[in-house]
Amino acid sequence: MNAPLRAAANKTDPALAGSVLSVSQLAKSFDGRIVLNGLDFTVKAGVATALIGANGSGKSTLMKCLIRLIEPSTGRIEMLGQDVLSLSPRGLRAFRAQVGVVWQKHNLVPRLSALSNVVHGVQARMSGPRAWFQSLAPDTVRAEALDCLDRVGLADRALQRVDSLSGGQQQRVAIARMLMQRPRIILADEPDASLDPQSGEEVMRLLSGLARQDGLTLIIISHRMEHTLEFSDHILGLQQGKIVMDRPTPGTDAAQLRRFFEHQE
Amino acid sequence: MANGTVTIPRFEHRSIGEYIGIVVVLALVVSSIASTAPQLDALGRGIERLFAPSGLLAQMFPPDISRIDRISLKLLETLQMAVAGAALGLIFAVPFAILATDRLSPHPLVRAAARGVIALFRTIPDLVWAIFFIIMVGLGPAAGVLAIMVDKIGFAGRFFAEAMEEADTGPQDALRAIGASRMGIIFSAVFPACLPSFTATSLFALEKAVRGSAALGLVGAGGIGVDLKVAFDLFNYDEALTIILMLFALVMIVEQGSSWIRSKLI
Ligand SMILES: Nc1ncnc2c1ncn2[C@@H]1O[C@H](COP(=O)(O)OP(=O)(O)OP(=O)(O)O)[C@@H](O)[C@H]1O
Ligand SMILES: [Mg+2]
Repeated sequence: MNAPLRAAANKTDPALAGSVLSVSQLAKSFDGRIVLNGLDFTVKAGVATALIGANGSGKSTLMKCLIRLIEPSTGRIEMLGQDVLSLSPRGLRAFRAQVGVVWQKHNLVPRLSALSNVVHGVQARMSGPRAWFQSLAPDTVRAEALDCLDRVGLADRALQRVDSLSGGQQQRVAIARMLMQRPRIILADEPDASLDPQSGEEVMRLLSGLARQDGLTLIIISHRMEHTLEFSDHILGLQQGKIVMDRPTPGTDAAQLRRFFEHQE
Repeated sequence: MANGTVTIPRFEHRSIGEYIGIVVVLALVVSSIASTAPQLDALGRGIERLFAPSGLLAQMFPPDISRIDRISLKLLETLQMAVAGAALGLIFAVPFAILATDRLSPHPLVRAAARGVIALFRTIPDLVWAIFFIIMVGLGPAAGVLAIMVDKIGFAGRFFAEAMEEADTGPQDALRAIGASRMGIIFSAVFPACLPSFTATSLFALEKAVRGSAALGLVGAGGIGVDLKVAFDLFNYDEALTIILMLFALVMIVEQGSSWIRSKLI
């Protein structure tokens, strides 16, 4: 599972070979309280990067800053060849469309079917009523959505309401919706957090497997050390608003991670 | 304490301001009753007259059904006014409610304006709207429909907006994060979440419209209220009773039907 993903990376757009994300001097304060304190890092194309840090260390804030769901105070973000912080509202929408996000909470629309929820992912590149419900979607979109559901193993639940699915299944539907976006990079903020150990591991395995198959860059936050070690190629450790650990996963062991967490105050 | 008794004051100590407040409220209630409520003896005489051998009740019975066909037609018109007014009101309430909802409104000023319109439509009674529209479009059901419509924009606009404010924001944010448009978010995340409460509000609006549409006729805005007023004015109390009974039946049927639909949908 620790096999590096370089082979997969070759499948990506040649223009992206090298880094897909480079962050410099990124800072964010909330009402004068510093959360991100001018941090720098880069992420290579096709690499699965784990972002670790204690509760409140700013991992989610960092991830939201990357797609400007939170506006950073200062700094520079270059992602997918774009200067993220200088995008126009229109450019920002087009940029976000290429970034797949999986949250701790699945954030599906509960009263709709799994298939309708997956069809929503097409709104990244298509608007209008045909992207609102599976019943109105064109054949090609429906077929693609079904295919995405199939990739997460839920094709047989397509017309079931998502609020009648288990937590793990709901998270997989959310992943299928994210795939429907045809993302070039995936951000996942604790996708395993509200699931039991087995479902959590399945979701992590699924995400890293899908990213590898499609040669996508994956940035993933998890509080479970064994997941960090098993499903990443590289680890970034966040502490007091700075990246204090930046190392490949191979050669890192649980003891080192534990030491990282113990050196917090 | 020594004897195991704890003394806790029976009444909390109140400030002088609170005493003044209580006195003012009491004075307001008493003076209001004294100046507007009926005197007991007048009320007693009124009740006596009501039950007298040739009093109102006696004149109402038996109900006069000689013109039941015309009354039925007018009742149908009343129902149509209610349905048309409620439907138009509900349709127009949706955009007003969207503009009045925090996270869906394009601009705080737009939101304030939409909220203002909804509040205005809601606070002015429908009878006043009816009189206003009678001046605008003349006597008849059209004025009634417009009055019901405006009243329902106020009623449903408020509850629609509340439902949308309360809808889980997670799915909306998730769609915003992938670059979905405002319309996309509204139709694929907000409306599906609000469907049960929208339905309940719509049915209540219809019930309210049916009940209210009878009164609209009293000021000349069409429907059976016109006939009710004429019957009273001409002392045809027996026909008035027929109208009241049929109106009662109509309202009951609509309320039963709507609670049946509610139980099916939610
Ligand atoms: N919108 C906000 N307004 C004010 N403070 C915020 C906001 N969002 C986050 N914070 C603060 O920023 C800090 C970092 O929060 P963040 O959610 O990024 O941490 P995290 O590393 O994701 O934690 P966890 O592991 O618990 O998910 C916290 O102290 C939090 O209180
Ligand atoms: Mg977090």
